[in-house]
Amino acid sequence: MKPVAFDYARPETQEEALDLLAEHGSDAVLLAGGMSLGPMLNLRLVKPSMVVDIGGVTGLAAFGTVAGTVATGALLRQSDAMENRDLVSALPLLGLALPWVGHVQTRNRGTLGGSIAHADPSAEIPLCLATLNGQVALRSRRGRRSVTARDFFLGMLTTARGPDEMVVALEWPEAGPGEGFAFEEIAQRHGDFAIAASACRARIEDGALAAITVGLAGVEDRPVVFEFDEFSSDPPDDPDLPVELAEFISQGVEPLSDQAASAAHRRMLARNLAGRTVAAAIKDAQVTP
Amino acid sequence: MSVLHRKSSERHRIELTVNGTARVGHAEPRMLLSDFLRHELGCYGVHVGCEHGVCGACTIIRDGSAQRSCTQYAVQADGAEIRTVEGLSNGQELTALQAAFKRHHALQCGFCTAGILMSASVFLESHKNPTESEIREMLSGHLCRCTDYHGMVQAILEVAGSDSEDE
Repeated sequence: MKPVAFDYARPETQEEALDLLAEHGSDAVLLAGGMSLGPMLNLRLVKPSMVVDIGGVTGLAAFGTVAGTVATGALLRQSDAMENRDLVSALPLLGLALPWVGHVQTRNRGTLGGSIAHADPSAEIPLCLATLNGQVALRSRRGRRSVTARDFFLGMLTTARGPDEMVVALEWPEAGPGEGFAFEEIAQRHGDFAIAASACRARIEDGALAAITVGLAGVEDRPVVFEFDEFSSDPPDDPDLPVELAEFISQGVEPLSDQAASAAHRRMLARNLAGRTVAAAIKDAQVTP
Repeated sequence: MSVLHRKSSERHRIELTVNGTARVGHAEPRMLLSDFLRHELGCYGVHVGCEHGVCGACTIIRDGSAQRSCTQYAVQADGAEIRTVEGLSNGQELTALQAAFKRHHALQCGFCTAGILMSASVFLESHKNPTESEIREMLSGHLCRCTDYHGMVQAILEVAGSDSEDE
């Protein structure tokens, strides 16, 4: 199997990469870890005239926390993120989701930013960023901007990134006091594309439930997010609550239908996975100081 | 700082280390690393199955970690340190892992085995006392259509156990 013939450029700095993008625009593709783009190239689903390999660009693989926002460089590898205790404790939801991202053999090259830029509707990292209401930092020669993840994903493999822009970082809200998290996924085989996945953040304040956010991937053509901040009863351990929210969510989605699952099957998966993650996230929040 | 440019129509010199030996070959930018290792360097133990990152047959150890070689390109591997299945045995003398695979019937046709041995070898370097579930998680990145993976799990557990007794 061979991709189309392409010119290859390997910049060393962000500025060089942005110059190449400004010059070649949508004729060029950015190659980071290549775990999504590689298959797309090999299957000739993308036929670029130039591949810009940003794998060696300096300064894009670090992470740091400033004022409650964790910024992860676009080239931070999935396996390095998963094994970093500081990062996983600041972003527990990402820590729960990463073991579901492909396999160790792909996580060893795959990057956080690459998964975001690729925007597969079933992907775990976009789901987490959208659920937490994080942002995607983009740079071009025109300047720098941040787009909320919920506005970034426009559809199947389609994002708000302009042809001259590069994803440089992801900006995640750090886990706060009283917050709990859960992640669940159904795939044909662990590591395959999710047929459906659910992420949840629950927040307890003064012993009462204050907010619940539920995100779903694999159900629609992009991550979908539901926010709840009013509850009919306050006790966090009300067993009816996850069932009620899950029912509401399953009626609120417009599921895809494909060879992996029908729309009706996905609606059922959305309900069951949402219910499970809500219950588990509340439980987690109850033990979080 | 400068940009390295490689033209699509030309074959470019690639220098890398394979199983401890410095090697040189040539590749146009679109050449998969798996094809480069096989056809330029003669490492036919690198098997190509799906060629889009799913099956794991082409798994190699690059710079110390198990990676697919079909979803990267030879031009990206200039200067890399690569290990393939050819680097495991010393002539007819199998490694402990290869011998355990044989003993536990962890292979039948052998097509997937070259990649699995590479994943398992590097896994055992960082997991001195692995659990069965850790082994199965690592193996989930490989497809085997002959066996049921059970023999592989037994073989890897046995090798890990013998390692920890030696220490």
